[in-house]
Amino acid sequence: MAQSGSLSTGLRCTPRRGLRVDLCLLGAPSRIRTMVMQRLSGWGRTAWTVADLVHTTDVDVVRSTIGTAGERGIISRGLGRSYGAAAQNAGGIVLEMTSENDPMGIDADFDPLTGLLTVAASVSIDAILRMCVPQGWFIPVTPGTRFVTVGGAIASDIHGKNHHIDGSFGQHVRSLTLMLSSGEVIELSPEANAAWFWATIGGMGLTGVVLRATVAMLKIESSRVEVETVRLENFDAVCAAMSADGSDGDYRYSVCWVDLLATGASMGRGVLTRGDHAAASKVDKEDPLSYDPRLTVSAPGWVPNGLLNKWSIKAFNEAWYRKAPAKSHIALESIPAFFHPLDGVNRWNRLYGKQGFIQYQFIVPLDRTDVLRKVIEKFSAAGVASFLAVLKRMGPQNIAPMSFPTEGWTLTLDMAAGISGLAELLSEVDTLVLDAGGRHYLAKDSHVSASAVRRGYPRIDEWMSTQEEMDPIGLWRSDLSRRLGLVDHRRSL
Amino acid sequence: MKNGVGVAQNIVLFGGTSEIGQAIIHKLVKPGVSHVVLVSRDIDAAEVQVAEIAERYPDMEVHHVRFNADDSASMIHVVAEVAQQVGDIDVVVIAQGVLQEGVDYYKNPVALLPVADVNFTSTMVLMYALAAQMRSQGYGKMVLLSSVAGERVRKGNPVYGATKAGIDGFALALDHELIGSGVSVLVVRPGFVTTKMTKGMDKAPFSTDAETVATAVEKAVSSSRTVIWVPGLLQYMFLILKNLPTAVWRRLPL
Repeated sequence: MAQSGSLSTGLRCTPRRGLRVDLCLLGAPSRIRTMVMQRLSGWGRTAWTVADLVHTTDVDVVRSTIGTAGERGIISRGLGRSYGAAAQNAGGIVLEMTSENDPMGIDADFDPLTGLLTVAASVSIDAILRMCVPQGWFIPVTPGTRFVTVGGAIASDIHGKNHHIDGSFGQHVRSLTLMLSSGEVIELSPEANAAWFWATIGGMGLTGVVLRATVAMLKIESSRVEVETVRLENFDAVCAAMSADGSDGDYRYSVCWVDLLATGASMGRGVLTRGDHAAASKVDKEDPLSYDPRLTVSAPGWVPNGLLNKWSIKAFNEAWYRKAPAKSHIALESIPAFFHPLDGVNRWNRLYGKQGFIQYQFIVPLDRTDVLRKVIEKFSAAGVASFLAVLKRMGPQNIAPMSFPTEGWTLTLDMAAGISGLAELLSEVDTLVLDAGGRHYLAKDSHVSASAVRRGYPRIDEWMSTQEEMDPIGLWRSDLSRRLGLVDHRRSL
Repeated sequence: MKNGVGVAQNIVLFGGTSEIGQAIIHKLVKPGVSHVVLVSRDIDAAEVQVAEIAERYPDMEVHHVRFNADDSASMIHVVAEVAQQVGDIDVVVIAQGVLQEGVDYYKNPVALLPVADVNFTSTMVLMYALAAQMRSQGYGKMVLLSSVAGERVRKGNPVYGATKAGIDGFALALDHELIGSGVSVLVVRPGFVTTKMTKGMDKAPFSTDAETVATAVEKAVSSSRTVIWVPGLLQYMFLILKNLPTAVWRRLPL
């Protein structure tokens, strides 16, 4: 097994339960690259495939790796939080670009006056928050976990609870540095080479390797969030409370947890939480910006497949619903508690056992709440238990052709991958979603077909032709791009 | 590769006219499959099946590739042809097999050659060729239809039993060699299966049908299992049968 630590400039090798370790000399004699044959999956722990993994944050190593790529190509990977096959590349090379526990500290340049943060793509939102929150700045968009890299956030054009106000991550990126398949490094921004910039936002890593990005941070006065919690007794109440003509627009952050197992009159009941960063004056603390996220427990590796089942989830849902006060109530919550509750359990993705799980996230237009209801009924009738179902009203879409969010409702649910008949059930639901003019989120996708993506993303051809301009040799490939035909795999290297 | 709900994109059946093979294909074909390839000698029969599958699953492409199962050297080209048609070969069902009944091998020993070629030699060449292709893909699953007849070869049809014993052992060792490559083998050991291959033969105890075998394969193919027995009870029966003293074994009315 390889020893952990730095071997030469900018090079790291990580100890792994590896199968084969090749040390190959490349270019300058002092530069050694470590390539490990590694079994990889997404966060859902399904569809494992084997690739040659190169862990690096060094630009020169990235470039030399490009030179050695075979016909299966390369994809870059961050912290592996996309649920499906976006960051794996069977038989090819996976460039793992993360800088967790980097002894050199965070590779970032932050100006606390303007709030502009220029940071390496390998840096996580977790690291950014640790650095910026105490200085009074917050990441403009955060997903439900802070363990995503900036590169991944750009590739998936991630969204958060503030999409209806602030849009997605890409809208806050002022510029980015990209390595093309030719090895050339270019700067992209909405002003300079906008087409290539927006093809990279939501481009699933298929336009090049994002090396750095400049992000406009959000000014905050405290590290607390003022949160209103409202219990809603059925699905109509949920939709009404989150509609644009309601008060949803008054809150920067808004999301609703939905109980998919409740039936009858309380079908689709939920707990709506919404809020904004609290003013310093509201925080009764010496340092209103103090920030101390902790991982408390770790899920063990031996969880049996059936732990999360209809009954355990039903009990959890009941408790979660009852925990929310019957009357609307306002309280201060910490950033981890409000934004990243699941990060409290390290490796929570093991809770579904060895079979793994999938996340199903789709969006439908605002006037199609009937489809949401049908989907919930379909899953409920099939006895599919979802541990986490969340509903969010999204704001207008941005101009990136492959960005997921459009104005509408997005429903996210997770479910055990081993449920029998799941492929057929999901295919029926896919049809409902697509017929309503909806689409699926590629960062979470585990199963949709190439035709479903064509229907859901009407600008895919425009994106594919830009992608081909940026990568004429077809170097960037992933298991996801193969399944969905996102790039023309007949282009040979 | 397979997707998050265990559905393989491209599925290939070698021995495209095999009843068990077809039953397995019907179980494995689900929403999400993009190509199915039937590889067989008989073009007419295959065309009927291709049309039937294509009608049931309009989103999927169905192909036919012709081969001679006893021409071992040609297997390499057959695999290349399949890969050319569909790209990655994700799941392969190897169902080619010959069961010769009523041939007097004492009079005509050469008659056993096609049995050995199809069941053993060709299948080994085929599995190596597939393994090479799948290793380069970083993913792949081979489902080999073996038989309990290979567990303890007995009189009556020693040739068939010996080829099955051989290919079963080969497949397990190949699976071992492929650890860590993303490629694996599932060895299926059915008991007596009532199909056209066994038509007219006396049913053995614990006989099963193609549908049951297919259901068991569907379940096992997305697990990490290496061997399955159909029905499952046979595993324990053969544990005993295999270890019986020869004198007892030979007296059994099997």
